[in-house]
Amino acid sequence: MSARTRELFGLLPVSLLVAAGFAAILATRTENVSDATLTYGAFFLGLCVLAHLFIRARVPDADPYMFPLAAALAGIGLVLIYRIDAELAREQAQWFVVGLAFFCITILLVEDHHVLERYRYLIAAASIGLLLIPRLPGIGAQVNGAYLAIKVGSIQFQPAEFAKLGIIIFLASYLRETGDILVRPRLRPLPYQRQILLWGIPAVLTLLGVALFGLGLAGSVLLAVFLFSFAAVVRDRPSPKHFGPLLLVWGLAMLMLILIRDLGSSLMFFGGFLALLYVATGRLSLIGVGSTMFFGGAFFLSQNIAHVQERVDTWLDPFKPGVVDKEGYQLAQSLFAQADGGLFGQGFGQALLELPGGASILPAAHTDLIYAVLVNEAGLFGAAGLIGAYLLLVYRGLRTALSASDGFSKLLATGLTGVLAIQVFVIVGGVTRVIPLTGVTLPFVSYGGSSIVANMVLLALLLIVSDHARSEARRRGGLV
Amino acid sequence: MNRQIVQLFGLFTLLFAVLVIFTSRWTVFEADSLADNPANRRPLIEEQKVPRGLILASNGTVLARSQGEGRGENRTYTRTYPTGGAFSHPVGYSFITNGRRGIELYRNDELTGDEDEFASILSGLESRDREGNDVVTNLDVAGTEAAVAGLAGRKGAVVAIEPQTGKVRVMVSIPEYDPNLIPSQFGRINNDPNKSFLNRTTQELYQPGSVFKVVTATAALDTGKVAPDTVIDGSSPRTISGAPLENSGGEDFGAISFTDALTNSVNTVFAQVGERVGAGTLVEYMKRFGFFEDPQLDYPGFQMIPSGVRRNGVDYVESDFDVGRVAIGQGGAEGALDTTPMQMALVAAAVANKGRLMKPRLVDRMVQKDGRVKERIEPDLQAEVMKPETAEQLTAMMARVVEEGTGTAGALAGIRVAGKTGTAEVGANREFTQPWFIAFAPVDNPRMAIAVTVERTTGQGGTVAAPIAKSVLEALLGGGAG
Repeated sequence: MSARTRELFGLLPVSLLVAAGFAAILATRTENVSDATLTYGAFFLGLCVLAHLFIRARVPDADPYMFPLAAALAGIGLVLIYRIDAELAREQAQWFVVGLAFFCITILLVEDHHVLERYRYLIAAASIGLLLIPRLPGIGAQVNGAYLAIKVGSIQFQPAEFAKLGIIIFLASYLRETGDILVRPRLRPLPYQRQILLWGIPAVLTLLGVALFGLGLAGSVLLAVFLFSFAAVVRDRPSPKHFGPLLLVWGLAMLMLILIRDLGSSLMFFGGFLALLYVATGRLSLIGVGSTMFFGGAFFLSQNIAHVQERVDTWLDPFKPGVVDKEGYQLAQSLFAQADGGLFGQGFGQALLELPGGASILPAAHTDLIYAVLVNEAGLFGAAGLIGAYLLLVYRGLRTALSASDGFSKLLATGLTGVLAIQVFVIVGGVTRVIPLTGVTLPFVSYGGSSIVANMVLLALLLIVSDHARSEARRRGGLV
Repeated sequence: MNRQIVQLFGLFTLLFAVLVIFTSRWTVFEADSLADNPANRRPLIEEQKVPRGLILASNGTVLARSQGEGRGENRTYTRTYPTGGAFSHPVGYSFITNGRRGIELYRNDELTGDEDEFASILSGLESRDREGNDVVTNLDVAGTEAAVAGLAGRKGAVVAIEPQTGKVRVMVSIPEYDPNLIPSQFGRINNDPNKSFLNRTTQELYQPGSVFKVVTATAALDTGKVAPDTVIDGSSPRTISGAPLENSGGEDFGAISFTDALTNSVNTVFAQVGERVGAGTLVEYMKRFGFFEDPQLDYPGFQMIPSGVRRNGVDYVESDFDVGRVAIGQGGAEGALDTTPMQMALVAAAVANKGRLMKPRLVDRMVQKDGRVKERIEPDLQAEVMKPETAEQLTAMMARVVEEGTGTAGALAGIRVAGKTGTAEVGANREFTQPWFIAFAPVDNPRMAIAVTVERTTGQGGTVAAPIAKSVLEALLGGGAG
């Protein structure tokens, strides 16, 4: 069976899933299942088959599992959003069509992803520009204290979703070039006096820091990791001038915290960056320096930006009296909804979403908290299934990176997959109180035009890389 | 590069595993505590959508039912109580805004059909909607009505129990409240100076006076310290614990048998018997009767209080009290007796059932909507309080009280009744009385035990409380026919 035929068969269960989901919701609403559910399923299948035919024509050797997985996630998203609000689901379905259009356009325009390298500085500048637009007076819109969206007329647009693609493309290209010269391992070990100096200084500084500033456990660990990682970087003969753009990325992440005031998207960008940095250089010391700089900066800023601090405080104790009805309400309701779901969930269409009187019990159920709605309706098993689907998608994305032959392709596939995985972790982790809750979307599932379109473009880029890698492998006669 | 990519996949797998672990934490491991979190309104909203089961009297009379409002997904249910206030204390109430009391609280899970995870999956497969079970109580409508009529608006309490089974047939506390008015007038009822939320049968302590002599007699006879025909000096006054003690009205009975002393409720005799028995033994027998702990009743804990000897009306004490005065149902500064009417009904029931005290039970069974009995509450022994012979001797002595002693007003036509009166003097200047009557009938094969008391009134146990007990026993035992 060819890869494309496998993909086509993969779409069948996805359509059945969508049809069954709609059937369950309609059944609880009207007590008789109308033909509408089959129509929804068939419509969804039709769209996916069209996209499949396009893939068959343009990128015939691309990975056969990624598209059905993304379609399954989008299908689950549609069912959940339909469950919350039928009107929103209709809009989301339209956005799904737009997303598929962008998917095809991307594949049409970017025949070879290596052309992107040529425009990397343009792409980087455009991405930074996109990130900053929401702060522009007039079109910027503040949502829940964060500046993530812009509003033009009635259309709201989240530029960060697209900026993440641009930044990954830039980093992949830049690190492909500089990854080997950022640090150059010494050929001979350092003389032992220098060794003592190299490791002694961070140790002394750490102790000094603890003694002078009375740092707590977390602060001490952060300082120690930073200093020792820094020493390790120094040992490897770093090339300072090549660190400029990387410091810029750190500064950008901090700037995002200050300007956009969103810990989640900041974490997503910086996490993607660190993942790429590690894959490009293989140096954990760089990750140590980078991550401690990020957490240190984030900690400092969280003390000084009320909105971020509030998020951290409610994360630490959402049930505190006086907090649980206000700042902690969203997180507390998220946890209550999950507890209500239990092992197997209440069933599609059965979860409690409205207070008597019609007000919503879950704030932002269709975007931030859509995972909580899923847990409520499908339980721990349904949620584990969703996480499993994401893990498979991540697996296929990284397989693509592994099979690619050149550095840029590897880094691009890794970066795109990594940023997707981190985004899933940031929002689901927020909803389940692993980390503070922030307003990023659950890729392919959450309601939101920018999100679905940007992630469709991300998927298209992955398929392009995959197509190149696998067709090359096929030409060489190797295993796919 | 490939090694790092594989490591990265490992990291993402780990991160996703953390997500699944935290989801399990909220959905499984901490789900119960989240459901109980006071900020969580979900359980209340959900329960409002579930029709609670009926609460029924023993003859099938509906005491509480749920009424639906709205359609489809918005259909909600509220509680109505067709019998109004008469059953308000045992049945309680259940409203989303005001919480719950009584059987409505104690049997909430059964009434709402609350199921564990596995059972709810099964009912989900059968596409059964969640619905509550009916709760059938042991409460008797005629007996309850007789008790309400007997108290006639006076504050007080009536408890009637089947001695062999522990079934509580009557639990009446006056004043009652109309549970239908809870949503609109909760504040007024809650602040009522007459304390109409107070269940005087289980939640209020009264000085028992002479009805407690049954407990003293049990300890004395069962330990062999005295026999029914033991002759004791019943002259008045006598010095007990260094202070003179008088009989009621200062009557001097001279040398008198123990049986006659109970018939005439001779204080000086029972005080001496109490001293002979000793505080330790008396407390031991009190504990067998259930004193010093909440009644083992299927009823919310916050609506019950232990009976016992209390110092300053607060601390329960088990030694170093004036045992002579406690033995006659009073006490002194070192500790005085306080009992609930439920406790005194249990004393009568234990004697009636040959010394075997059965756990009191308000509810008989839980019935599913399809009529199947989900659970039946079987009779359960609480304690073997005394030897059967002791119970027989006491029964004979208590029968004399009703036939020719202080309790003649409790006598029934055609049915022999065994009983004991009590009249505690209360108030700052002992200007009020707390009349009591405990009894069981028929003497040969007791089918009902009862305790009646009226709060801060005037008059004797024999004249105020005994007639109420008589009318309730008539209603419960079917008039004079037996």
